[in-house]
Amino acid sequence: MATGELNPNHYPAQRAAKVVQHYLNTQYGSPFRLFGLHNVQSGNAEDVADSGRKYQLEITVQEIISNTTEKCPAEVLFPRGEQRRSPQVQASCEELLKNTKAQEEALFKQYKMNPSLLSANNIPDSFGHMEPDSRPLWHLGIVASSFVMLNESTENTLYNMAQVANITQLETENEQLKFDCHILLHEMVSQEIIHWKLLFTWSPPEGVKVLQMEQLPHCHEGAKPPNTS
Amino acid sequence: MEKTTWKLGLFLMILSTVSETSNSLVEGLESRLSYDYTKYHPMHEIYRWMEDVERGNPELVSSSVYGRTYEGNNITLLKLGLKNPEVKEKKVIWVDCGIHAREWIAPAFCQWFVKEIVHSYKTNKKLEQMLQNLDVYVTPVINVDGYMFTWKNDSTRLWRKSRSSPPPGSSCYGVDLNRNFNANWGTVGISFDGCANTYCGKSAGSEPEAKAVMGFVGKMVNQTLCFLTIHSAGQLILLPYGHPEISAPNYDELVSVGETAAAEMKKVHGMGYTVGTSPQILYPNSGSSRDWTRLIGIPFSYTFELRDKGEFSHLLPEEQIKPACEEAYAGALSIITHVHDKAFNSATLPNAAVSGLSMVILSTIMCVFLTTGVFV
Repeated sequence: MATGELNPNHYPAQRAAKVVQHYLNTQYGSPFRLFGLHNVQSGNAEDVADSGRKYQLEITVQEIISNTTEKCPAEVLFPRGEQRRSPQVQASCEELLKNTKAQEEALFKQYKMNPSLLSANNIPDSFGHMEPDSRPLWHLGIVASSFVMLNESTENTLYNMAQVANITQLETENEQLKFDCHILLHEMVSQEIIHWKLLFTWSPPEGVKVLQMEQLPHCHEGAKPPNTS
Repeated sequence: MEKTTWKLGLFLMILSTVSETSNSLVEGLESRLSYDYTKYHPMHEIYRWMEDVERGNPELVSSSVYGRTYEGNNITLLKLGLKNPEVKEKKVIWVDCGIHAREWIAPAFCQWFVKEIVHSYKTNKKLEQMLQNLDVYVTPVINVDGYMFTWKNDSTRLWRKSRSSPPPGSSCYGVDLNRNFNANWGTVGISFDGCANTYCGKSAGSEPEAKAVMGFVGKMVNQTLCFLTIHSAGQLILLPYGHPEISAPNYDELVSVGETAAAEMKKVHGMGYTVGTSPQILYPNSGSSRDWTRLIGIPFSYTFELRDKGEFSHLLPEEQIKPACEEAYAGALSIITHVHDKAFNSATLPNAAVSGLSMVILSTIMCVFLTTGVFV
């Protein structure tokens, strides 16, 4: 494993930096605020006694919706141990936290006042398209799946959300909006598509909170040949 | 009277031939003009498009079926090149797309690449010169079965592998064709589990699609200057080898040519492409077509990973087809131009102009001689 100063373009620094992206989305992500990794400027890795491996990074983070970037320092600790535990992240990208309060409250109100419960499939579709009304649901899906991607990340993975297969709004009695969603994650190193089911809430003051997450077994096609050609 | 009838008949025959040819040219032109290169196309449309391009540009384009997929579909390439009696043996450039089924931007790029060359070679002297010295072989879709499967329904869109039958003891279809080539096969970055997306097959070259490429390119190894295999996503230019402990003998030059290509790509729309070996910037792997190509001695071999960097990954929106293809074309052309100029030690004058000039001089001398009986 690479130790000391890292080549910022090589995969160890890139994979650690991606974890920072997931962390930022869990902390600050919303239908109007989403983070992407733009670049890694520099990185350093070291073993930390019995804890694990710590990466210190200088990265450029992009806020995707406003298309602004900011240089942020960050630290990622991948824990060692018998039981696999999620990475610990510290990052400060204050300048990207633009004020989205008004937009979020307007959307929240719109969803709350909608007489029917929202539901959508395949965001984006096979052609990369999505209806404008589905876009905020796509963003919510990315934020919610960032909790999974953060939890599941190791030095040997690189996660991105591939698609929201389905997102369905559920009834709530409280101030939150509640959603059930089926998301597809792409894990780059294995090249696998991993299915997860998530139950999460969202409100402007609370942000996205994941209540339940469950990995779904993916049914591979059986040995029976398909009927259609 | 007889002589006039004969001449009239000949004239009418020529006239009808010309009009037939121009009709098919117009048809070819129309279908090419109406073909939307900024949309993703299903396989039957791509097959039809290849026929149209060949029919519409017979002086530049010919097609060849060089293999069959597991399900029996044709693996077809288009050969782009101009006749040149001056050049004894033309050199070869190879471009392939769609080894991995879900990477739709790749076949879209191969179609774009052909379209660009067809549309510009008559007005771009450098391109015309290169096509006189080179044959460019383009396979828009190698993994036809997989690609067709991704069009089947919403749940199949993210399929990656071929569609070969499950191996004994497994219930899962398909082999990762880019782990099946005969290059350190089965060593790193692979799985022997038939259900895995990096399943490398039961042996090196066991898959008909990989075998087809190795068979065809293998016959042209001495003439081939450059092998470009197009994938998505990640915005990377990968050089051989996928094994962390093996280096290509011309590593430095591969890096430098790759960096130049990345710089050209960035000029187009500001997108960054990272250059390096797969173990450096992505992950170790074995059995890739890029590695096999370098191993058999083809000096320049690259994997292009096109847009994007994770926002959409393989589900790249159609609105991005044009910019993605424009930058990829700039990168591919940069590499092709380098390998061409290296092989042909190109002077500033194109070959055609030099030979044309010498013909003019020769015919002028002959003219003067014939007229005056004196050599000037």
